[in-house]
Amino acid sequence: MTTKEATYNYVIRLGDNALILGHRLSELCSRGPILEEDLALTNIALDMIGRAQALLKYAAELEGKANTEDDIAYRRAEINYHNYLITEQPNGDFANVIARQLFISVYEYLFFSELENSKDETLSAIAKKAIKEVKYHKQHAIDWTLRLGDGTAESHKRLQKALNDLWMYTGELFEMDNIDTYLLHQHIAVDAMALKTKWQSEIDRILTEATLSVPEDTYMQTGSKKGIHTENLGHILSEMQYLQRAYPDAKW
Amino acid sequence: MVTSHLNTKDVYDLIAEIPDPEIPVITIKDLGILRNVRLENDTYTVTITPTYTACPAMKMIEDQIKEILFAKGIDKINVELTYEPAWTTDWLSEDAKAKLKKYGIAPPNHSACNKLFSAEETVLCPRCNSRHTELISRFGSTACKALYKCNNCKEIFDFFKCH
Repeated sequence: MTTKEATYNYVIRLGDNALILGHRLSELCSRGPILEEDLALTNIALDMIGRAQALLKYAAELEGKANTEDDIAYRRAEINYHNYLITEQPNGDFANVIARQLFISVYEYLFFSELENSKDETLSAIAKKAIKEVKYHKQHAIDWTLRLGDGTAESHKRLQKALNDLWMYTGELFEMDNIDTYLLHQHIAVDAMALKTKWQSEIDRILTEATLSVPEDTYMQTGSKKGIHTENLGHILSEMQYLQRAYPDAKW
Repeated sequence: MVTSHLNTKDVYDLIAEIPDPEIPVITIKDLGILRNVRLENDTYTVTITPTYTACPAMKMIEDQIKEILFAKGIDKINVELTYEPAWTTDWLSEDAKAKLKKYGIAPPNHSACNKLFSAEETVLCPRCNSRHTELISRFGSTACKALYKCNNCKEIFDFFKCH
């Protein structure tokens, strides 16, 4: 494994997280509980798609096969996607969307704060850009967590259920495989495992303030780094890739 | 085509006045989107930076840059996108902020961006200058704006987010 190959894989993972979560959030366009929230969720989706574009474009450069970011986004099979399982989970109700956003944005704020220091200049530049946007995503998720958790009996119940349901997908965020470790030694990748304590204490603090309980530790789902997904990714891809599969090279 | 009579400063000045597609009262130079112009082997490379990673205006700005330069007889143009240094509202000049305010968008406060959302406490209504304003949503009609309302004049307005 060369540094270039490892970086390609690393960038694909980061790009896929943004791409798939961006797609999920874009499904909420016109489905928001109120107009302002509809705009907020689609704004976050747009930030994710922008980040995916920047990362997958860089992946295409590293790959060196004259592919574009669109080829990478639309022409791979399921097993070649490496987004975290939590990003592909269905939106469910609004509480579920907020729980997913909370877990991910608190993580991403810590992650991109570290990636800013990457020795890889492109990754560092993208991280510095992303962190400014994640700051808003995180505050949005925290606001709603407090409001729903410390809201009505129904909103509290729904958010607690969502947090409990998604908890098993949070373990993956801190996994390190040989690609991560290899790039960590070269000061390119982030030590994700080292973010766990900070993430956990921040989540504990937010949930306690929102009068919610921190979910109990359970068996943690895993697989994305090997291309093993929940059934949800296949459904996403069948919709997301439809146009490029039906009409290859279609442009407008 | 004759291109040699224009230096990079001329080219910069030609495209500096392109208005932002979303907020036409300020230019891409005012906003800090236009970073620099350089000339290498007959090719002018224009570097621009997006306000937000997914800013949908970038393609349009690129097309406008090319259109203006084509009209001046320059056909070797390369528009480059950079993320570093990351765009910040601190690049907005006082003049640009005054234009924003006149247009009805509350401009961001300088040097407040590092502290998480501290800027929100001092958003002034662009219409009546009241401090009694309230956040409606952190996400507005475009990626760079948040939505506020004024409790004094009761108008709803956009706030150019501190970034």
